[in-house]
Amino acid sequence: MFSYCADPSVLDGWWWFSCFLTSATHLDFYRAFGAVIALLLVTAPAALAMGMAGAMMLRSQIRPLSMLGRFYVNIVRGVPDIVFFLFVPIALGQGIEYLLHLVNCPDWDQPVRQGNDFLVCRDAKMPPVDAPAWVRNLYAFAMAILAFALVFGAFVANTLHGAMQAVPHAQIETAESYGMTRKQAFRRIVLPQMWLVALPGLSNIWQILIKATPLLFLLGIQDVVYWARELGAQKTSLYSYPHPDWRMWYFSILLVFYLLLTWASERGFSWLTRRLSHGQATAEGERLRRATA
Amino acid sequence: MRTCWESFSGYALRALGRGYGERLLPRGTDISFCDQVALIGSGLIWNIYFAAVAIALGFFMATAVALARNSASPWLWRPAAAFIFTFRGSPLFIQFFFFYSAFVLLPRAGIEIPLGFTTLTLQTSALTTAQVGGLFVLILNTTAYSAELFYGALKSVPKGDLEAAEAYGMSGFTKFRRVVWPNMLRLAWPSYTNEAIFLTHSTTLVFLSAFPARQQSGEAFYYARYFVDQTFNPFVAYPLVAAFFVALTLAIVAIFGRINRRLNRHLPQERRAKFRFRPQYLR
Repeated sequence: MFSYCADPSVLDGWWWFSCFLTSATHLDFYRAFGAVIALLLVTAPAALAMGMAGAMMLRSQIRPLSMLGRFYVNIVRGVPDIVFFLFVPIALGQGIEYLLHLVNCPDWDQPVRQGNDFLVCRDAKMPPVDAPAWVRNLYAFAMAILAFALVFGAFVANTLHGAMQAVPHAQIETAESYGMTRKQAFRRIVLPQMWLVALPGLSNIWQILIKATPLLFLLGIQDVVYWARELGAQKTSLYSYPHPDWRMWYFSILLVFYLLLTWASERGFSWLTRRLSHGQATAEGERLRRATA
Repeated sequence: MRTCWESFSGYALRALGRGYGERLLPRGTDISFCDQVALIGSGLIWNIYFAAVAIALGFFMATAVALARNSASPWLWRPAAAFIFTFRGSPLFIQFFFFYSAFVLLPRAGIEIPLGFTTLTLQTSALTTAQVGGLFVLILNTTAYSAELFYGALKSVPKGDLEAAEAYGMSGFTKFRRVVWPNMLRLAWPSYTNEAIFLTHSTTLVFLSAFPARQQSGEAFYYARYFVDQTFNPFVAYPLVAAFFVALTLAIVAIFGRINRRLNRHLPQERRAKFRFRPQYLR
């Protein structure tokens, strides 16, 4: 990165470190931390949306819909998560390729599964055969986000459903006696009040989501774990800054990063709980009211 | 193609090493459904080993850490709180990587500790294997999670019970052994059951991370991944491993349920703490 880094063999001490820590691969490593945050920021709303849909399904009066919701929530929660993380991207990828195969190549006469091969025609490959590397990376990343959203959506659905049940039923009855429809009562009475009840559960799920992000590595994405392994391993060649096995130090950086992330979000959620408790008929809300009065 | 019986006799114990059954794993188009059932089932041996040992040792360590966390002395509760925070606040996946890369730095010949009259040699090479090193990480991890549960339970031991114990003249260790500890276990047991379930589920991470599977002997999910890589078909091996884990979970619920009944045997039915399956996945 700096001009004096051109010849690593003459560097020593701080100069060596300043060059080593700004090498191109290290910049990729730093960007991977950003990718973790980006993944969290994209997945959280996606999982919340999935969870909201799931909770609405669980509440639904239409029987098949509520059964579908129960099936979704229970199957995801009952099976080890890691199985889902590896299953969903492959299964989804093959599913998409199969659909494209049916649409794009109707005159293909061989079966798709031949022995141990999954064969689709050239036009059905996803991402396309001639796609540049960044499209492939983005596709893999999108698949990962889908898998995360699907798994965490089930957790969120369960939490939100519980929170909706916790809103006093008498209030809904009152709303209906005022002439509100079911939808109106839901939007005006249940929805604003459920968040406070759901917050501890959501905070829990968020912490679990943070701790799930290193699993990206298993999906073949060049994430923080990949770079820590890569950069920490022993190097001997002169131009790659030779050093002994430093993986332990790299992983301790990851450990600290995740500890900071969980610590900060714990603080964030307790702040949010205080804010949402204002004016609520709960112990915390009462405490806040007394404090100001 | 092997018959089903041949698959079972060849692979049912394969997870223990090359010496047990077939030397090589089935490959490519040679893989039959029975192979997958037998091999994934044999991997379960290691899941049970990791979970059982980690829970058994972690239980006592967690009691100690919970007591330290609950103590009034800052020399005790601060380190305990830091330990709990470190292991609960970071992903288990990263913990595996960290400890593995730390263990490989230890000298291979072992560490010699001079004790004056004799020298103690610590065997460090075993720590780089999953069976010892991975287990070590799992024990520390479950200690932290269970200690947090036990600490919560310690704080909610009924005041009346403590006063009654003192009125009977109990103090110190007697009070702890006869009143505090049974109450703590009783209160923490439903959530401890969940902890045991999720520790069992997280044993799938051992071979997925840094620890190598020597002689291709791994746990159930390691083999499931192997089959998916070989057949490129996730619709057989993954549901199979999921089914095995559901069975394992039911077994844990049954065992822990019996213990729960025993811990609560002095209470009337409606006051007993009930187990609720509360998935709190991923550590």
